[in-house]
Amino acid sequence: MSSIQAKNLTLSYGQKEIFNQLDLLVPSGQITVLIGSNGCGKSTLLRSLARLLKPQEGSILLDGTEIAKLSSKEIARRLAILPQGPLAPEGLTVHQLVKQGRYPYQSWLQQWTREDERMVNRALEVTHMKELSSLSIDSLSGGQRQRAWIAMTLAQNTPTILLDEPTTYLDMSHQIEILDLLFDLNGQEKRTIVMVLHDINLACRYADHIVAVKDGHIHAQGKPEVIMTEQLIREVFGMACQMTVDPIFGTPLCIPHGKGRSLKDSHSK
Amino acid sequence: MSKLVTIRNRMFSFQLERRTVMVILMLLLANLAAIVVCVGLGSKTISPANVIRILFGTLDSPDTMIIESLRMPRVIIAVMVGSALAVSGALLQGIVRNPLTSPDIIGISGGASLGTVIFILYFSHVSIRYMPLSAILGAFAAAFLIYLFAYRKGVTPLRLVLIGIGMATAITAVTYMLILTSSFTPTAVAVKAFTFMTGSIYGVSWVRDVYTLLPWIVVLFPVAILYARHLNVQELGDEVATSVGSSVQIKRTILLVISVALAGAAVSIGGAINFIGLMAPHIARKLVGPSYGGVIPVSGLIGSLVLLLSDLVARIAFLPLDIPAGVFTAAIGAPFFIYLLYRHRNGS
Repeated sequence: MSSIQAKNLTLSYGQKEIFNQLDLLVPSGQITVLIGSNGCGKSTLLRSLARLLKPQEGSILLDGTEIAKLSSKEIARRLAILPQGPLAPEGLTVHQLVKQGRYPYQSWLQQWTREDERMVNRALEVTHMKELSSLSIDSLSGGQRQRAWIAMTLAQNTPTILLDEPTTYLDMSHQIEILDLLFDLNGQEKRTIVMVLHDINLACRYADHIVAVKDGHIHAQGKPEVIMTEQLIREVFGMACQMTVDPIFGTPLCIPHGKGRSLKDSHSK
Repeated sequence: MSKLVTIRNRMFSFQLERRTVMVILMLLLANLAAIVVCVGLGSKTISPANVIRILFGTLDSPDTMIIESLRMPRVIIAVMVGSALAVSGALLQGIVRNPLTSPDIIGISGGASLGTVIFILYFSHVSIRYMPLSAILGAFAAAFLIYLFAYRKGVTPLRLVLIGIGMATAITAVTYMLILTSSFTPTAVAVKAFTFMTGSIYGVSWVRDVYTLLPWIVVLFPVAILYARHLNVQELGDEVATSVGSSVQIKRTILLVISVALAGAAVSIGGAINFIGLMAPHIARKLVGPSYGGVIPVSGLIGSLVLLLSDLVARIAFLPLDIPAGVFTAAIGAPFFIYLLYRHRNGS
């Protein structure tokens, strides 16, 4: 089973320090969700784990080996990352996009092996994109488009998949569709999934492990039902709320305080 | 699925789209037909049947000399220069992820022109065999400067384009200044320099031109096509390209070198022919979609066809005048491009 670990990670943009000596062990075979307010560094952390950003100090260990010592292709066979809001060139079809996921396995003369074909077909099936595979990406809905990109990362056939805000800009039903897909990938194929989500309640529902990031350090981490408290939300997001229990799933549910119409006589405090 | 063709054996495996294969075959036929017509037409008309018989050596006629030493080299040069410019443009558009780019727009052709104009003005006593070298050096010098100025922990496409456009303007200004201010320039030399800047393949020869350009084409085309997959992942953005395991900066530099070498070599022989590098890749994308495995060969065939036809018009429309082919490339290519845009106006 694969493992990712950040050790003593220090990263800054110019003068601005994003993390200082951060340590993180991603539990393998689980869904980990990074949460935190805008600009807290969660997305930077995710991208550093996938070597898209180079830390000034510290290292990322992939299966115990320093990521800087592995070739980009070797990393790409073990770990895939889907960045936020990727753009496909005009007219590119779903099939052409998903094929790109096979890049780390290709060579000058071997560009479409049986294995490539099998993996691409499987990725299209799992994401229910088979019927749409000859359509161009620009003609798809937001949810279908995101599924096409996820299919590309699946074609990469890596034990670990990282996703940066995979549900942003999607409506509620498409958000659930994407998260269900990732949940099944984790449940059925034991893939390690790490993602950044903005919706705390969906994070609580889908994550086995939550990492709350604040000002470039890990404020708390653990099972949602253990760590997600009113106090944590206040500390991490600077927001008052009431935690209750999701009536369907039984997972923590956060109801923010603030203004708004009230149909009750008075706020419960 | 019948839309895709898979070629697979122990040595290699590729997947092609049926549509791309069909388009390539059609364009090959169109190019062959254009070659036969171009070779046949001129101040002395030779029928297509006779052209083919002469080319295959089954007919011995006085026209053999016209074809072999005058028209054939020019046609072959048109094919090589046109396709090299087109492939260079396709690579460049992929590298900078901007379809409004071409070697002429970001100053690479300009660098090659400047190199050549300096050669024409100041080194005319040196053997003309070194003229292509000065063009290629000029192209690489321009590319190097663009890269240098655009470099900031790697090169982002947008910076490359913006700095390239500035560079192109500066280089053109310098070139014109050189031509106009060198007071000891005889008019004939200035005209030669201006003709070069328009782009002309008048009076090319086997030894000086065809054999100079051929090695570049023979080496760089296959490399470009095999590099298509690197370009395909770069088109998805640097982060996705890195995620699938591409060493983005190294591949980008190599692709740029291929593109610059092709543009420099083409300009050294054909002058600063515009339009082809910009439009051929667009036409190719309209025909076969954005995947570079298709775009690169199809662009090459379109570039070749456009220059063949442009040079034909340039050569015969105003007989006995021989106009620079560069004047007509846009006139020949643009209507076809507009037709394609019109036909695809509702997407598809």
